[in-house]
Amino acid sequence: MRNVGIIMRRELASYFATPLAYVFILIFLVLASLFTFYVGGFYERGQADMESFFGFQPWLYLFLVPALSMRLWAEERKSGSIELLMTQPVRLWDAVLGKFLAAWLFTTIALALTFPLWVTVNYLGKPDNGAILAAYLGSALLAGGFLAVGSCMSALTRNQVIAFILAVVACFAFLLAGFPMVLDLFRGWAPLPLVDAVASLSFLAHFESIAKGVIDVRDLLYFAMLIGFFLLATTIALELRKAD
Amino acid sequence: MIKTQHLTKRYEALTAVDDLSFEVNPGEVLGFLGPNGAGKTTTMRMLAGFITPSSGTASICGHDVIEDPLGAKAALGYLPEGAPVYGEMTVGGFLDFIADLRGLSGPLRRERLAHVIERLQLKGVLAQTIDTLSKGFRRRVGLAQAIVHDPPVLILDEPTDGLDPNQKHEVRALINDMARDKIIVISTHILEEVEAVCTRAIIIARGRIVADAAPAALVARSRYHNAVSMKLGQATQLAAARAALAAVPGVESVEVSEREARLTALPRAGAPILAAITELAGARGFDLQDLHQESGRLDEVFRSITA
Repeated sequence: MRNVGIIMRRELASYFATPLAYVFILIFLVLASLFTFYVGGFYERGQADMESFFGFQPWLYLFLVPALSMRLWAEERKSGSIELLMTQPVRLWDAVLGKFLAAWLFTTIALALTFPLWVTVNYLGKPDNGAILAAYLGSALLAGGFLAVGSCMSALTRNQVIAFILAVVACFAFLLAGFPMVLDLFRGWAPLPLVDAVASLSFLAHFESIAKGVIDVRDLLYFAMLIGFFLLATTIALELRKAD
Repeated sequence: MIKTQHLTKRYEALTAVDDLSFEVNPGEVLGFLGPNGAGKTTTMRMLAGFITPSSGTASICGHDVIEDPLGAKAALGYLPEGAPVYGEMTVGGFLDFIADLRGLSGPLRRERLAHVIERLQLKGVLAQTIDTLSKGFRRRVGLAQAIVHDPPVLILDEPTDGLDPNQKHEVRALINDMARDKIIVISTHILEEVEAVCTRAIIIARGRIVADAAPAALVARSRYHNAVSMKLGQATQLAAARAALAAVPGVESVEVSEREARLTALPRAGAPILAAITELAGARGFDLQDLHQESGRLDEVFRSITA
């Protein structure tokens, strides 16, 4: 576990050593505000809540998180530094977890920097701050899910652009798993329980219930298992392909 | 001690490393030689635990690389080919990171870091990001990383590749310094390096060991071992000198370089012929500019073994 922390700190520091961190945070904040005020109609709705902010989070993450996750492993493989890392006395799982946690912590920092919006809502009215906190938690979990998927895609290739595209497509499929666009692919032939199972994998369904302020253990478990599964898949992909 | 048993790595169409078995003991500096693509890097990566062998195994100081990879890695300092590092980090930050992963702490950590910074002359660049450094400095950072935990075993993949002569000299001096109490394996295709630092050389070709001996013994396999080379002042004497040399007992053949006015007499089976030729040159009154005995040419041995 000690190594997880060491690797996480190094990763996180390297985000801030390059313009990456600042560009990401800036674009995240600008886009989140644009969506909230122009598309979501923050003022026009006349309600003291942050639904117009959280409603667009999944679509913002869909492109921004893969941009962050694409470098996780593809870059290490491209530069060869993976050979350096893997020949230190470190378990592969520790490295996978450490790098994932660094990216997750980073998105959480970006998310936390949207706090002026929360201050604004509280200035304008009396929102349900418990629900807002729950929605922040849901948003962080959603980012974690996207990152875990992206980490796995990044482990599959040494090309960051391919890693980005794979991650966007995979995240999009997960996002829409509850919608006809994806479900119709299964309805024709698959038994109903399988269709239901696919529908239950939807990021959106699980996120939306948390975003409404309802913290259900099943939703938390869903994100925990999803992240665990894709980090395990990352580890296996690396084990098989790290030296290619 | 490093021990490999039937170490093999197969890829779909090719066997990169084919049934390698050898041992390396403390105090030995093993040079790993071979043409490009012979399997040097693959072998070193298996020893370092980066690639899993297809069959066979290896152990580092008693830690099997498959059964106990962390134990093996802890006993090892490894410089990967091309010395990859995290370019966006500063030299100091990078060394701290490695020291953390190696579990160094307290006074020992300070002492080791100070030692490698001093030994590899990194003090002036500690605050620079590695991306801004010259190739020589990056290689030194890679070496510092490999030795910071004072490992009993060092595996260095082409440690002097791409360095200028001064830097090569420094790296060789470093290796010689550490050689006394460590096991060091270096791969190289620079043959002079083997003679400069190695106590033993293994030549591999197409994944197999084709020679395993001390550099001097390898050199002795050369056709030029104990050959006598002389340079004449006047090219006009070449023909006569050649005939005279060929008649000396023990001389197998004579090679002539007209441009340099140089004759090289090759002995039969390494027989000593220097005395006889020196005497002959005096008696015939050759205008000698240079006369010496060769110990052999490693590049010629290398070619004849690996071609």
